[in-house]
Amino acid sequence: MSEASELYQRLLAGDRRAAARLISMVEDGEEGAREALEELHKHSGRAHIVGLTGSGGSGKSTLACRLAQEYRARGKTVGIVCVDPTSPFTGGALLGDRVRMQELSGDPEVFIRSMGSRGALGGLAVAINDVINILDAFGKDYIIVETVGAGQVEIEVVKYAHTCIVVTMPGAGDEIQAIKAGILEIGDVFVVNKADRDGAMRTLADLEMMVETKPGGVGAWKPTVVATVALEGDGVEALVAEIARHYDFLKESGTLTRKIVGRMKAEVLAILSLQVSEAAGRALEDGGVASSLVDRMVERDIDPHGAAAELARELDL
Amino acid sequence: MAAHVRVFLCKPGLDGHDRGVLIVGQALRDAGMEVIYSGLKQTPDNLVEAAIQEDVDVLGLSILSGAHMALIPRITSLLREREAEDMVVIAGGVIPAVDAEVLIRDHGVARVFGPGTDTHDIVDYIHERLGI
Ligand SMILES: Nc1nc2c(ncn2[C@@H]2O[C@H](COP(=O)(O)OP(=O)(O)O)[C@@H](O)[C@H]2O)c(=O)[nH]1
Ligand SMILES: [Mg+2]
Repeated sequence: MSEASELYQRLLAGDRRAAARLISMVEDGEEGAREALEELHKHSGRAHIVGLTGSGGSGKSTLACRLAQEYRARGKTVGIVCVDPTSPFTGGALLGDRVRMQELSGDPEVFIRSMGSRGALGGLAVAINDVINILDAFGKDYIIVETVGAGQVEIEVVKYAHTCIVVTMPGAGDEIQAIKAGILEIGDVFVVNKADRDGAMRTLADLEMMVETKPGGVGAWKPTVVATVALEGDGVEALVAEIARHYDFLKESGTLTRKIVGRMKAEVLAILSLQVSEAAGRALEDGGVASSLVDRMVERDIDPHGAAAELARELDL
Repeated sequence: MAAHVRVFLCKPGLDGHDRGVLIVGQALRDAGMEVIYSGLKQTPDNLVEAAIQEDVDVLGLSILSGAHMALIPRITSLLREREAEDMVVIAGGVIPAVDAEVLIRDHGVARVFGPGTDTHDIVDYIHERLGI
């Protein structure tokens, strides 16, 4: 039996070490993971995927911990994926989200995985999606994906979560602007965390105003704003209720199917773009099958668009 | 994507000092490793579970409380129980040489780094030990 097929069988039997190993294989881009993912796909599609995004320090990890506790109290199981930036220079990363989740650490029904945002050329998107699917097949009822609200890939991933929560905090005036500029569209639920701090009412009012004027057609979901004090757990029940209300809306309006289809298409595209960029990168390297294209560009004999077209023919895309 | 070295740095037991472990964490990160930090006051059971979920290559234990002879053997025996003894266990903090010897000989610890260790030595050791 191959390593992968042994792993997925153990994983389906509830072995946490097997799940963890498979996640590493996926993160390292190991070919062998393919076989396991293919099997696991048949067992996934049950989890409610919740994205949690917002700037560093807004309280996402603390909130993820509280959400998980609330779900556990209701007898549900939880997977948490925390994505933190990898240094583009060294490839290293300091992953500290677990520090805020200590209260979960004695509970074997909560599976927490910290990920560095490594993986150029779209490898990150592929890896995060695979990790979500693994935890889904592993039987987690809720999968919470925490990402810093910067970086195209991170935003893409939470965008395709079933429910996307955007977290902000008082006094983050610039942040409200940032939300306006980019992530207002993707938020299904907005949270003003650290509501114990000065200026919380103001931030809440600003955000409510923005959310209310957010364009949306008839019958579209109306996002709401929830105030929380994640440190104390205040507002977490209300947040859980909003997440549930959003999921019900998705199911009743038929939007869930559209979201699922959207996520699947995005997954295929991410996988394919990764394969294409990797293959093209190899071909263009010194000694690669298309390295002469580079020489021709340098000599102004062919332009990058022409070279791309030739490369596509060469690679038989 | 190439394989990355993943290290879980932990503070088992009751001491509340994490300066040292955080300095080591930064050095390992700067050397290109993914460093997961547990936070203070972890029980052996909890940190072994976390190490397994994170599928780390190296488990780094920082203990300044003097309770290393109680905590570390417990942790390594839990790793064996979970069939995770391939994880490289290193320890640091204030651990006398006689204790270090026993931990290495009898309790599956790979290496003990004393106070004032140059962080480069830890980086080099991990690379050498894992062969990556
Ligand atoms: N005052 C206050 N501090 C909070 C609250 N929630 C989180 N924090 C603190 O904010 C800091 C950042 O929290 P963290 O969850 O790590 O934020 P993340 O970077 O968004 O994941 C930590 O020191 C938390 O203890 C809150 O509701 N009120
Ligand atoms: Mg965090």
